[in-house]
Amino acid sequence: MRFDGAMTQRAFEDFHPGDVFPLASVSVTADEIIAFAALYDPQPFHLDEEAGRASLLGGLAASGWHTLSIAMRLFADGVLNDSCSMGSPGLDRVSWRAPVRPGDVLTGTCTIREVRPSRSRPEMGFVLVSVALVNQNDQTTIEMVGPVMIGRRVAAVLEEPDTSLAAETGR
Amino acid sequence: MSFYEDLVVGTVRELGEETFTAESIKAYARAYDPQPFHLDEEAGRRSHFGGLCASGLQVLAVSMKLTIAAQDRIEAEERARGKAVPPRGPSPGVEMVRWLKPVFAGDTLRFRTTLVDKRASASKPDWGIATWQMEAFNQKGEQALSYRGNVFVRRRAQAA
Repeated sequence: MRFDGAMTQRAFEDFHPGDVFPLASVSVTADEIIAFAALYDPQPFHLDEEAGRASLLGGLAASGWHTLSIAMRLFADGVLNDSCSMGSPGLDRVSWRAPVRPGDVLTGTCTIREVRPSRSRPEMGFVLVSVALVNQNDQTTIEMVGPVMIGRRVAAVLEEPDTSLAAETGR
Repeated sequence: MSFYEDLVVGTVRELGEETFTAESIKAYARAYDPQPFHLDEEAGRRSHFGGLCASGLQVLAVSMKLTIAAQDRIEAEERARGKAVPPRGPSPGVEMVRWLKPVFAGDTLRFRTTLVDKRASASKPDWGIATWQMEAFNQKGEQALSYRGNVFVRRRAQAA
């Protein structure tokens, strides 16, 4: 497979373990928290300040899926959309560490943990990334860890094709 | 939702279906995952997916929507029978997310979740943690999604 603009976009060969990509900052509003929750996670503590105070979250807080979606957006804008992204087979884990509240400013960081050529598809490799969002008090609110499939600039020569997903992702 | 003590490992909940329209796929992608194959039919066709397909994160969010709708139904039935309904807890995280098949515009996924584990919370004595295995299948019967989600569940008040 060839990619449009493959020579200018970041390819598999351009990622190295330990690379850190600073991502943008966004502030989160009560309106956004409530709008996302109404669509995808309509629970009282994501919809109403009073109900939030009565809950384990201690106040109106964003749905974890909203925070995950914000992390994805910052990762897409800061890294993936300048890369030969071919999607992802999954996520190893998502950890919600602290509630996200109206007025919070979230700043993202993407760290490259591992890179691994595909054993079955010479045109791509797996890049294991961690994306974390830190709030204005330096608390980590969310961390997601998972592999992304990134196209190679130069196709690899395969030795022993193995097309199983387990073999591909090493999990 | 039930209290922690009432949860039975092995319980299966059928959560219902969701059809992913091109409009909803593009709306989610514009806000949260603006990659070409989630935004545009032609870009999807040119990609290795072969068509416009939903962000995996949107598929996760829809699994949550259907989970909440099922919980709302169960709690309404319990209240109608005069049972006490505990407050809901948040989730500390999910694990082992697998996007096994692309979800194309027009696909309908059927979601179900199975309680696979429950244990006391080490940090919150009034709460336990339940682990649910989520699965979703498309209209051809192919599995498109699996993950394990953890959620805090309220315990009954302990006798003094």
